[in-house]
Amino acid sequence: MKKAFNVLLIFLLAFTVFAGGQQDAGQAEVEAAEETTEGPQSGGVLVFGRGGDSVGLDPARETDGESFYATTQIFDNLVEFKNGTTEIQPALAKSWDISDDNLTFTFHLVEDATFHDGTPFNAEAVVFSLGRQMWEDHPYYDLGPWKYWGYMDMSNIVEDIVAVDEYTVRFDLKKVEAPFLANLAMDFAAMVSPTAVEKYGEDFKSNPVGTGPFKFVSWQKDSNIVLERNENYWRRPAYLDRLILEVIPDPTARYLALQKGEIDVMDFPSPEDIEDMKADPDIKVIQQPGLNVGYLALNCEKEPFDDKRVRQAFNYAINKDEIIEAVFGSAGTPAKNPLPPTMWSYNDSIDPYPYDPAKAKELLAEAGYPDGFETDLWAMPVARPYFPDGRKVAEIMQAQLKEIGVEAEIVSYDWGTYLDRTDSGEHETALLGWTGDNGDPDNFLFVLLSAAAAEVPAGNIAFWKDEEFNELIIEAKETFDRERRTELYMEAQEVFHEEAPWVPVAHSIVTEPMQPNVMNFKLSPVGKRVFYSVWLDQ
Amino acid sequence: MLKYVLKRIALLIPTLIGVATLVFAMVALSPGDPARVMLGERANKEQLEKLRSELGLDRPLIEQYGIYMKNMVQFDFGESIKTGRKVSEEIKELYPATIELAFFAMLFATTLGIIIGVLSATRRNTWIDYTSMVGALFGVSMPVFWLALVLMMIFSVGLDWFPTGGRINIRYYFEAITNFYIIDTFIYWIRDGDPKFLISSLKHMVLPALALGTIPLAIIARVTRSSMLEVLKQDYVKTARSAGIVEKRVVYRYALKNALLPVVTIIGLQFGLLLSGAILTETIFAWPGIGKWIYKAIEARDYPAVQGGVIVIATSFVLINLVVDILYSIVNPKIRLQ
Repeated sequence: MKKAFNVLLIFLLAFTVFAGGQQDAGQAEVEAAEETTEGPQSGGVLVFGRGGDSVGLDPARETDGESFYATTQIFDNLVEFKNGTTEIQPALAKSWDISDDNLTFTFHLVEDATFHDGTPFNAEAVVFSLGRQMWEDHPYYDLGPWKYWGYMDMSNIVEDIVAVDEYTVRFDLKKVEAPFLANLAMDFAAMVSPTAVEKYGEDFKSNPVGTGPFKFVSWQKDSNIVLERNENYWRRPAYLDRLILEVIPDPTARYLALQKGEIDVMDFPSPEDIEDMKADPDIKVIQQPGLNVGYLALNCEKEPFDDKRVRQAFNYAINKDEIIEAVFGSAGTPAKNPLPPTMWSYNDSIDPYPYDPAKAKELLAEAGYPDGFETDLWAMPVARPYFPDGRKVAEIMQAQLKEIGVEAEIVSYDWGTYLDRTDSGEHETALLGWTGDNGDPDNFLFVLLSAAAAEVPAGNIAFWKDEEFNELIIEAKETFDRERRTELYMEAQEVFHEEAPWVPVAHSIVTEPMQPNVMNFKLSPVGKRVFYSVWLDQ
Repeated sequence: MLKYVLKRIALLIPTLIGVATLVFAMVALSPGDPARVMLGERANKEQLEKLRSELGLDRPLIEQYGIYMKNMVQFDFGESIKTGRKVSEEIKELYPATIELAFFAMLFATTLGIIIGVLSATRRNTWIDYTSMVGALFGVSMPVFWLALVLMMIFSVGLDWFPTGGRINIRYYFEAITNFYIIDTFIYWIRDGDPKFLISSLKHMVLPALALGTIPLAIIARVTRSSMLEVLKQDYVKTARSAGIVEKRVVYRYALKNALLPVVTIIGLQFGLLLSGAILTETIFAWPGIGKWIYKAIEARDYPAVQGGVIVIATSFVLINLVVDILYSIVNPKIRLQ
């Protein structure tokens, strides 16, 4: 009897604790802060203190930022983001040609790169690394699921990958897709050693082998990942001898560890500590708005949100500053566009809807709702980079909407159910957000607002299908000229502003505090943490 | 005695089958689709269906249960949905950290708890008694995360005696052997003659063990005190005293041994609880234990990980109970093991 009771007790223990929040290791993003340097010094161990452990170390298999923090250092891609920007530059492909019809990409590879296990890098390795994600009959396809390959819709973009000769590889595309090149710079498109995948199989994700500036040494679950400099790197070797990714889940403890010098760079500080950190001369702080957006989607397929005036009224009625002050502190900035401000083609000339409840009421009256109406307001149950506390955001909105006579009932489910139900359009209004993947505006505008994405399960949970907007973003998707694309996206944002399918709420700001002797650390807009060029002033 | 132990171990099997079934039922009944949780905002229909079939979630529940029990019998917990690694492997890496921490926390709690309990009982209604019992009350009611942070501020940041977290100095070139760091670093010492690893891992143990041990300490002190008071009132103690035996001998030799019976029970229970992991202590001291791991697994609907973790914890709990029962007979031979 006593045993039965004890067993019961264990369950109570295990199952009563999971009502809390969630630490999120989502991708965030950044910009560059420059130091004047006397020239980099080689040597030293850098400890990077972060909130959570990596899930796995096969970059094509994982989707979380914490996993990419490690894989980015171990692997290289054909092309890469120039440090601290969303610009694409050559990496393992030293150059490439694009055919006149924009359907064939031919990459010329560097010839002196080898994987950490000695395997030479060549065209076959490219075909292997991406082919295992693409062809279901590939011998290593089963090591997936290759989630990001799916997320980026690569199977509908790439027709074939062919090794033309030892150092030339050709991609045949099914359709003209301008963001394709940016996709190849993402972590999932990293080059993995075919020999190592064959050798380790399922365990490759714990024994990663790439061509990158750092080699994998060890991984102690929930504790640390140790990497060391790859002396035979095909470019200038990294400056650091060792790089240790240390898990310290609690942000306050992480801050104390930084103050004590136990760690050199700290990830995800808690918002309330940021002002103190900035005031501390012994801590250097780098900040940049994240490549993300948190929004309230208004379901355009449901009354009364099929009326533009009602949607605009919501934009006038919601006071973003109040939300940011209460929920983000100094770690957020108000949004006016669906694109974050660090994204190229961000339309800064758009005037945001001011907070104006009187104007909102006027619009509602025009639309036939002088006394307001009742609706629902879906609140996310988990913390995400774009909304650290969805419930609180919803509560503040609820109070603000009440002022214009709208009674919004807050609805929430567990995270999986929440996504399922909003995807199928059960809500009238719902909070959600997005973190950018490849630094291309298409990755926001098409995924979140196109008519194609309004099919269940929808990425476009406003179910907004505007003809003009769709023409613009589809033309931009098929145009390779950056200037022309910028024009098209600028115009699309104006249509979005006028039609107001969302209330864009906020972009979170990424803050990275570190020791003053950590040099040349740049925050990447796509949420990477790149240590290749970082050095310690000793 | 041996027969009794064997019988108890045999009883473990139906208990664990019950546990396994209960875990399965709870997981099956809890809301949320693991495939959806895993794929997040970016999922599409195809991917969802594919993942569900990979996980066997599209099969009838009874079939899922059959497969699950078959695997459990072979102690095969399967692969974690989230990481794709063997659950047993992850537990092997993390559970030693929890066991080690629980052991030291209990060592601290038991030693100090019994001393305090005996002192307050024998000096009843003096300032020692009052101070210890108010302290104990404070100890049980103190939030662990607060205590942990205060300990860290004072002893780590302020006095710089101990590190803020982790199990060993991060910058040391150390690779675990058994994952019991105290043992591993001891091996390093014997092997290389360098005690710095052992010293570092002991230093890292102090604050988490203090934080985690405080509540058990307070409970043990209170139980020891009341149990001692009870025993000290009994006739045989009076007899011993009237026979002129020295008070110290009466207390420690005759009274304490009998008074320890309920204390042993409490120690067993507390130890069992600590073995189920300590989410807050683990989080604050960056201690890679099983508590936070299970918590995250539940959150991610990582069924195999939850199931494996709970089974392992339940087994430890049952085993500790067994040890407690055996200790009973040693402390008090009057209790027959039948």
